[in-house]
Order: sequence, then C-alpha cells, then structure tokens
Amino acid sequence: MAERCAVIGVGQTHHKAKREDVSIAGLVREAALRALDDAELTFADIDAVVIGKAPDMFEGNMMPELYLAPALGAVGKPMIRVHTAGSVGGSTSIVAAHLIASGIHKRVLTVAYEKQSDSDAMWALSVPQPFAAPLLAGAGGYFAPHIRAYMRRSGAPDHIGCMVAVKDRQNAMRNPYAHLHLPDIDMKTVQESVMLWDPLHYLEACPSSDGAAAMVLAAEDSLSGRYPPAWVHGMAMRSEPTMFAGRDQVNPRAGRDCSADVYVQAGITDPRAQIDVAEIYVPFSWYEPMWLENLGFCALGDGWKLTEAGATAFDGDIPWNTSGGVLSSNPIGASGMLRFLEVAMQVRGQAGEHQIDGARIALGQAYGGGSQFFSMWVVGSEKP
Amino acid sequence: MTAATADERGPVTTLATPIALDFDFTPGVAQSRFLRGLEQGKFMGQRCSVCGKVYVPSRGTCPTDGVPTTEDVELSNSGTVTTFCVVNVPFAGQSIEIPYIAAQVLLDGANLSFMGLIQELPATEVRMGLRVEAVWVPEDELAPSLASVRYFRPNGEPDADYETYKEYL
Ligand SMILES: [Zn+2]
Repeated sequence: MAERCAVIGVGQTHHKAKREDVSIAGLVREAALRALDDAELTFADIDAVVIGKAPDMFEGNMMPELYLAPALGAVGKPMIRVHTAGSVGGSTSIVAAHLIASGIHKRVLTVAYEKQSDSDAMWALSVPQPFAAPLLAGAGGYFAPHIRAYMRRSGAPDHIGCMVAVKDRQNAMRNPYAHLHLPDIDMKTVQESVMLWDPLHYLEACPSSDGAAAMVLAAEDSLSGRYPPAWVHGMAMRSEPTMFAGRDQVNPRAGRDCSADVYVQAGITDPRAQIDVAEIYVPFSWYEPMWLENLGFCALGDGWKLTEAGATAFDGDIPWNTSGGVLSSNPIGASGMLRFLEVAMQVRGQAGEHQIDGARIALGQAYGGGSQFFSMWVVGSEKP
Repeated sequence: MTAATADERGPVTTLATPIALDFDFTPGVAQSRFLRGLEQGKFMGQRCSVCGKVYVPSRGTCPTDGVPTTEDVELSNSGTVTTFCVVNVPFAGQSIEIPYIAAQVLLDGANLSFMGLIQELPATEVRMGLRVEAVWVPEDELAPSLASVRYFRPNGEPDADYETYKEYL
C-alpha cells in the first residue's frame, strides 16, 4: 500500500507580464522560499526537488533545471525534470507526490515556472514543419476550431465564452497574486474586444505571464506547516496521440480516462455533488463548458448550461477557478501547478478572499499540448 | 565626478539574443510516399489493415491499432471543411496576410483531417461543411512539400451535411 502524501506548504510569485526584477533563478527561488516558509521548513529539510516547465524552446534555455539547482537548494540532492507541455505543472506535482507515496522520500519540494517575457511562445508553438501548412497561429489558432466544433455539437449560444471570461477575471480581483486585475470587465468589454481567432475574442484568451509556483509535499510522519495538510486522495496522468482517426478533439478520451481513474481513487461517484471547489485549466474561455462535460460534472452537451446558470461562479454550487484561473495568470509551466496548489489552499483554508467556506474535497486539473496530456489530483482536508 | 557604479545604474533587465537553427529532417518510408505524391500533384494516404481507416499524411502506423499501414490509397483533390478559425493575429514568421481562414480539411476518402488555408472566399463566408478543392502550384514548381498546395478554394458543390463529418471533429 502506498504511503499517504500531503501538501504542507505552498508558494507562488506575483504573476506579471514582465518580472524584470528577477532572473529565472530568482523567480523560482521566490516561489520556493514562500512554500518553505508556509511549511515552516528550510532547504536543508528537503530530500529531493522535482521541477517542471513548458518547452525549453520558449525561453531558449536548454535543460534549465541544471543551472537552477543551486537556486532551489538542490545541490547534492536528487532532482528530476518533468515535461508534459502545458499540463506539466500538474504532472510535476504528481511525480513529486509519487516520491512520497512510494516511500522513497519524506519531504519533496516541487516547482514549476515560465518566464514568458524572456520567451516567444507564439513563435515556438508555430514553428514550420515539413508536413503541415504554416497556418498555426499559436495555441489560440489550434484550439479555436475545436471550440467551434463544441459550439456546433452542443448548440451552445455565442455568449457563453464571454461569460467565463468575465467570471474568471472577477474572481481574479480576489487573488492578489493574479496577473490580470480588470475591475471594470463586463460582457460588453469582452464582446467588443478584438476577434483574434474567430470565434475567440482577445479577452477570452489567457495572458502571457512570468511566474512560478512551488509546493512542499510530505509523508504522514513528517508533517509541519502553518496550516493543516491537504491530503492527496487521488492522482493520475493520461495522454493520447494528437492525431488519430476517430479522435474526439472536443472531448478527448485521455481526459475522460484520467478523471475516471482519479475519481475511483478518491471515492467520487458524483463529481458535481462531492467536489466542493475545482481549479481547472481553462486558457480559452470555452474550455470551461468543454471540461465540465469531459470531467463528468454534467451530461454531454450540458456544460454550457451549467456555466450559463452560474453553477461555476464564486457563489455557485461548483465554483470553478475562484483564483481567476489560467485566464487571469498564465506562466505556462506553472499554470498547471497553480491549479493543484490552489485546490490545496482551499482545503487547507488559506485561500483568503477567494476561499470557498468549508471546502473539504477539491479537484485540480491541467491539460497540455493539443489536448493530449492530462494530469489531475483530488485533495481533501481529511486523511484518505 | 566619477562614473556611476553598477548599483546606481540598476540591474540590466533584458537583452535580446536572437537564435537561428536549421534542421535536417528524414521523412522515412511512409512520409516519403506522401511527399512523392505532392511532387506529382496528388494526395497519397495509407489504409490500416485492421480498422480500415485512411490516414493522410500517414506516419506509417495506425496509432489506434499499433500496426504498420501498408496499403497506399490515392485520395480525392476535394474535401470538406469540418471546422475552422479565422486568424486575425500577426506573429513573427507568418507571411500570410490577415485575416486568413485556417480550416480542418477532410479529403474525400480520408478518415483524418489536416489544416489547410482557404482562399477565394471572404472570411465572413466560410462555414462548417463547405466543400473545397486543392489548388496546386504550376507543374514545374511541384516539389516534395506541402508548399505544392497553394490553398483550398470552394469547389462549387453544395455544403456537406453535418452528419457526414461530425465524427471527424
Ligand atoms: Zn487501425
């Protein structure tokens, strides 16, 4: 039987368009020191470090984990780099948790980051390939056709995406670490913003952010920290090829299989009823209703109805992304870990103004690439 | 007066360091068939012997069944726009004028769509189900590259029924 694993410390940077005051090493160290402080530990207490980020080509630093080891107190300790595109922050958390669950280590520091101001992600995601026409305009250009397919398939009205864009930015006003603070945002502002990748408006897309996230994970006999632990109740990763005949690009099987696995581990049979709060990777507004269906919160075709009815709003019955989510902060590599970290904060009761009262069971999800990598965990305030 | 110290001038914030890389790419057997087809102005795909699905371009295996695809299939020059997006954002390295239509085109006889540029149609008139045909470069410019296909344009046929392509979204 696996050892129990808990989150005992969390830390994140203030996410911004440009963090010119710090190098990448300074950025990751800032998040790591906050997580250690929250856990009431120092680097000396850490057994191993697990780090993740999006493709190296973004910032042009190959294998950056090597030069980041001293900044993360990893010299002389095991250090592992994880890479699963945009889902990497989630996968990194899971690899770190496996080191605890397997009984190998007692306390593991896990960190994820992106410094988008040092990078050109749009270019890096659109590099010409010999077998593809050079049409891809970044992630938005990739996902917009699948969003259109979802709209056609579900019959969702056009305004649903804009509702998500407004809701998540209003939530971000409660989160001091969020990159975007747009106090005056409303439906009209979003609908009148430039149509960048029709059907996606500018304000329906995530920003480009500099930022890092960190967590300290610990075994049951090594707990510490300023808040109660968040216990890992289930975790899973799945992937699928980006291209195969019969692939459902709107509702990918890897996502469905991943959530089914996590729900069995966590004893969840009715996600909408049993999960108190969720942080889900929604980099483009329409991915909220799409993932509501993929994650089994409702029947196929009904995701947009939950969004429209306010079920996912801060005061709804299944609040999604009360931190403001990826739509409000997108340090790509860290974005997945922020989902995992934010749900740990919720069940530890430390989320401040975006805390959902009494949150006991929470779901964090990240996806990446062409919707082909998924990672998820369920954390709870009680021991599993 | 002495020169300001480094501290007084503050940190150096960012420096642009351009990087260029040229790659060699070995297409292998299956992708060579596709590229040789393009060189002759036609789309070549491969059928899986287990599920019968036709891949274009084929990578030489069926990801679903895990078997080599060995049967070559020549596909139609026409297809259906399954879905699309109108790109209205410029970025480094892109030479196409915005706004442009990037569509998923499902060639007749294929079971996998690929992204193609749609032209000779205003961006406001593109729609799911639009029937299109490939427009190739002049014969003496054909090369083993997707650049041999200039773009797709409407072929004049009535729109395809949603039921015929909904499995490919
Ligand atoms: Zn097959």
